[in-house]
Amino acid sequence: MAQLKYKDSIYPVTTGSSVLETLLEHGQAIPNNCRAGACHSCLMQATSGNVPDAAQKGLKDSHKARDFFLACVCKPEEDMEVCLPDIEQLKFPAKVSQITKLSNDVVELKIKTQQPVDYFAGQFVTLWRDDELGRNYSLASLPGVDDELIFHIRLIPNGQFTSWVANELKVGDEIFVQEPVGDCFYTQGNPEQNLLLIGTGTGLAPLFGIFRDAIQSGHSGEIHLFHGGLNPSGLYLHDMLSAFAEQHSNFYYHPCVLKAEEGMAKNIVEGDLSKIVSQLIDKPAGWKSYLCGDPEIVKKLRKQIFMAGSNMNDIYSDPFVYT
Amino acid sequence: MASLYERLGGEAAVDAAVDIFYRKVLSDDRVNGFFDDVDMEAQAAKQKGFLTMVFGGPNNYTGKDMRDGHKHLVERGLNDSHVDAIVELLGATLKELGVADADIQEVADLANSVRDDVLNR
Repeated sequence: MAQLKYKDSIYPVTTGSSVLETLLEHGQAIPNNCRAGACHSCLMQATSGNVPDAAQKGLKDSHKARDFFLACVCKPEEDMEVCLPDIEQLKFPAKVSQITKLSNDVVELKIKTQQPVDYFAGQFVTLWRDDELGRNYSLASLPGVDDELIFHIRLIPNGQFTSWVANELKVGDEIFVQEPVGDCFYTQGNPEQNLLLIGTGTGLAPLFGIFRDAIQSGHSGEIHLFHGGLNPSGLYLHDMLSAFAEQHSNFYYHPCVLKAEEGMAKNIVEGDLSKIVSQLIDKPAGWKSYLCGDPEIVKKLRKQIFMAGSNMNDIYSDPFVYT
Repeated sequence: MASLYERLGGEAAVDAAVDIFYRKVLSDDRVNGFFDDVDMEAQAAKQKGFLTMVFGGPNNYTGKDMRDGHKHLVERGLNDSHVDAIVELLGATLKELGVADADIQEVADLANSVRDDVLNR
């Protein structure tokens, strides 16, 4: 009989019983609804033991990769240790190694942790000044390539955290990082699939890690990166990305602005980002999309791409506001 | 004889139908107003639960779930005409997937069986 470990207790699993049934029988409160593997209310995470395939049916690749499973349809074949997906994680200390101004209002922050951090490019962390002040930032770095954790931080006038970054934080200072989370990352196994990456403002940060991850993994499908800014100075990695596109035949960089300026680079297109996307990528069926940045634009793009034929499960986005 | 759920193709059929069905719902001006403010991802999971139920698949939805889940929509004017539209879009989805008319009727009957609960009456 398989044993189930949850919150320091061990429960025997009756043959044929699910993880959900077992935990509920023992008085544990686990969110659930349909109990048929459909509604995903009972999403849990395995910290040890194999997850049966049937318990991950219908989950996103990124959820599968992190051993998430549906407790109601998970009938353990061997011992498992499980937990509820939990934001309450450990924070670990890091030291600032570089602060670089990328544009008028965006700085690149590089920090180095004492212990290596396990993450996927495109996930986000909470950066903490101290116990009280913390903000979410996406990782722009790529594990295995970049030694440091890299962030693109937009400076908000009078913003508490970003004022601290802009005015006080310096190389060598201590900062704290909370464990990386999020589903918005590249998953291997489908190297020929076309990828659509769209970011506004510093929503470029996670995409910068994701497309480099794809290329490093030998992705052969087309990779289209749209970066939207109010004006050309908002396209803070324009020159680097233009050069990168020259060097990689399957990588396309589409810089877009709402307001054109005289003398701006020739590859920049002026107009509404969602319209520019729909003109260039009119049939996203079969593509995988990553949408990051302004929540309203992300919402609009998500619907547009789904209605144009993409599977819902192939559209990833970050759940928080970039500030 | 195989059950309706088995004839339709079980969970794989639900997976195949959910995006097609939801796309039809969002395209249809009779009903898409009810979906303007919802989180699309969460809604897709709910659509999957709904399709599993009307395909005759395993579920534990109760009349109370149906009532509670739609109460705020009834207050916004959800009525028989909208349920009719949903049943119609469901039929069109299944037709597109090559399901036999008799089975489509059975799905429609299952959908109609929760009509009173959905409309809170």
